[in-house]
Amino acid sequence: MTGKTLYDKLWQSHLVSQREDGSALLYIDRHILHEVTSPQAFEGLRLAGRKPWRLDMNLATPDHNISTDSDERAAGVDAIPDETSRIQVKTLDDNCDYFGVREFKMNEMGQGIVHVMGPELGASLPGMTVVCGDSHTATHGAFGCLAHGIGTSEVEHVLATQCLVTKKMKNMLITVDGSLGSGVTPKDVVLAIIGKIGTAGGTGYALEFAGQVFSDMSIEGRMTVCNMAIEAGARVGMVAVDSKTVEYFKDRQFAPTGDTWTKAVSHWNLLQSDKDAIFDATVKLDGADIAPQVTWGTSPEMVLPVDGVIPDPNDEKDPQKRQAIIQALSYMGLKGGTLITDIPIDIVFIGSCTNSRIEDMRAAASIVKGRKIASTIKHALVVPGSQMVKAQAEAEGLDKIFMDSGMDWREPGCSMCLAMNADKLAPSEHCASTSNRNFEGRQGSGGRTHLLSPSMAAAAAIAGHIIDARFYTETAQ
Amino acid sequence: MKTFTLHKGLVVGIDRPNIDTDMIIPKQFLKSIKRSGFGQNLFDELRYMDEGKPGVDCKSRILRDDFPLNYPRYTSASILLAQENFGCGSSREHAPWALEDYGFRVIIAPSFADIFFTNCLKNGLLPIVLSKKIVKYIFDQVEITEGYQLSVDLQKQVVITPSSDEFFFDIDEFSKRALLEGLDEIGLTLKESDLICAYEVEHMKNAPWIFGAIK
Repeated sequence: MTGKTLYDKLWQSHLVSQREDGSALLYIDRHILHEVTSPQAFEGLRLAGRKPWRLDMNLATPDHNISTDSDERAAGVDAIPDETSRIQVKTLDDNCDYFGVREFKMNEMGQGIVHVMGPELGASLPGMTVVCGDSHTATHGAFGCLAHGIGTSEVEHVLATQCLVTKKMKNMLITVDGSLGSGVTPKDVVLAIIGKIGTAGGTGYALEFAGQVFSDMSIEGRMTVCNMAIEAGARVGMVAVDSKTVEYFKDRQFAPTGDTWTKAVSHWNLLQSDKDAIFDATVKLDGADIAPQVTWGTSPEMVLPVDGVIPDPNDEKDPQKRQAIIQALSYMGLKGGTLITDIPIDIVFIGSCTNSRIEDMRAAASIVKGRKIASTIKHALVVPGSQMVKAQAEAEGLDKIFMDSGMDWREPGCSMCLAMNADKLAPSEHCASTSNRNFEGRQGSGGRTHLLSPSMAAAAAIAGHIIDARFYTETAQ
Repeated sequence: MKTFTLHKGLVVGIDRPNIDTDMIIPKQFLKSIKRSGFGQNLFDELRYMDEGKPGVDCKSRILRDDFPLNYPRYTSASILLAQENFGCGSSREHAPWALEDYGFRVIIAPSFADIFFTNCLKNGLLPIVLSKKIVKYIFDQVEITEGYQLSVDLQKQVVITPSSDEFFFDIDEFSKRALLEGLDEIGLTLKESDLICAYEVEHMKNAPWIFGAIK
């Protein structure tokens, strides 16, 4: 008998029923809810006279369209200026109160972006199945969870049955061996992977990331990589459990203690793919080849090393690809042949479920410390991913470093990643952004997004244009 | 759920790969707590000259003349022809809600993003994967033949052209039955409650830390 992948093992251990028609019922251990994709699901429950199957698997918080301005936040939910946002946040509060779902309310310690909050509270733990009405749920795969985004109909289904009707995915192994160069970050790794396999390269697969680069990487770094699996088309991205994983969850609020902790750890330590496991597809990269990455276009696969040159459509032979380059350059207001480092930046956004954890805050702060942002930068926002990240950053004095440099230190939420609140780009503004999508209009109608790492975003804020962050780490202030 | 058995309708093509869910329904419209009314803001940025705002009646907005949905010949289209990786990006079910509310019943493309594909099936909207070659053929026919219509027979799993050519498509058995019969999926799963309860008993023995921690 051949070995099993980590995904195979988690699938098998959560399988409630394999139906004759090929579909399967998979048991869900954690269901995280937020204000945007849950109201219609709760309404569906009410209309059908149903209740949640059980409450202790659900956790909710508002994150997508809450204000990140400290005065507006302090004024509370009833003072949210945008009426539709206010109704949505209040609806989540009302639904959670009505059905008894545990919610971390807007200004409560513990609140944060769903994929920052889950792990830091120990609500999502290794070996669990985790779903959320949000495509970046793969984040939780960083510590050996089978985690993925679902739609609102499925949110209702999971609430009502604690199960998901689904089909097994194929397995893909992405190995990054060797070690990363100095100043190269997890964000660069995942952007390089997407650049290699393309935005649909992982469609239908559960990705497992392995190799020396991932063994060396912190748990937060692994979250950044798994977070963007969906940008390669894969719903699931995961990394096997190791001693760092176990260490990360010790003493978290909802993590087990005492004998149960010991039992859990012995269970978690088995969460790796077997040595003889067979993957349907494999991809290999060498860590030493990865440089800091920057997107130039309107799809995450339109990415280049910071020393790269924006492609000239005339050099592209495939007509469909040529058309895509022309369309992207036109939207981005860029010309083929331009150096990546010549892209001017108006706005800097450090935040999102991809890069708003404490290590991201530290990386950005280390670049801007003792420096001022360029006079041409209209606004540089730093948005911590959760109340806990914010408190930790403030305890370390990072907020002062950001503010001294001219950056704006905000309240936790999704913010300018998808611009559902007031944090958005004006048409034609170029944004150096640590978020996950550079789609047209994503950060504001007509806005132009360049995805990069927190240190690269911080460096762009200082220089006023895209620049290799290592220029600042290797030169004295 | 809305049923789907047979459908015949006018085809409109959007000849562009990687149409993402932000394009299908921009984020400002996701603040609604309802399932309906998204159709007027379908493809909002591609369809209108100005920036769309929730709660604004779109009848008075100026349409872009370079977007196929706005061409008079495609006004009543109910079958959308698209390119690779249609529906990539976020998990927002508002995307299929908007397509369905606009009047689409079928989307044909060489490939779809996973979450979007599943979301369509939950809403009586049939996503059909056909080969690149066939999709190109249909794009060409739509271009040269005004009023080009296709028929879709879900039971037989075929797309039928005006010249009676039939293109077979794949669909998993569960989704096919759910669409044909308009199944209540939650009700169906709840019929397996005994299995879920039995699983929980075992799961609680093996992994007790999963239960009761969140209060």
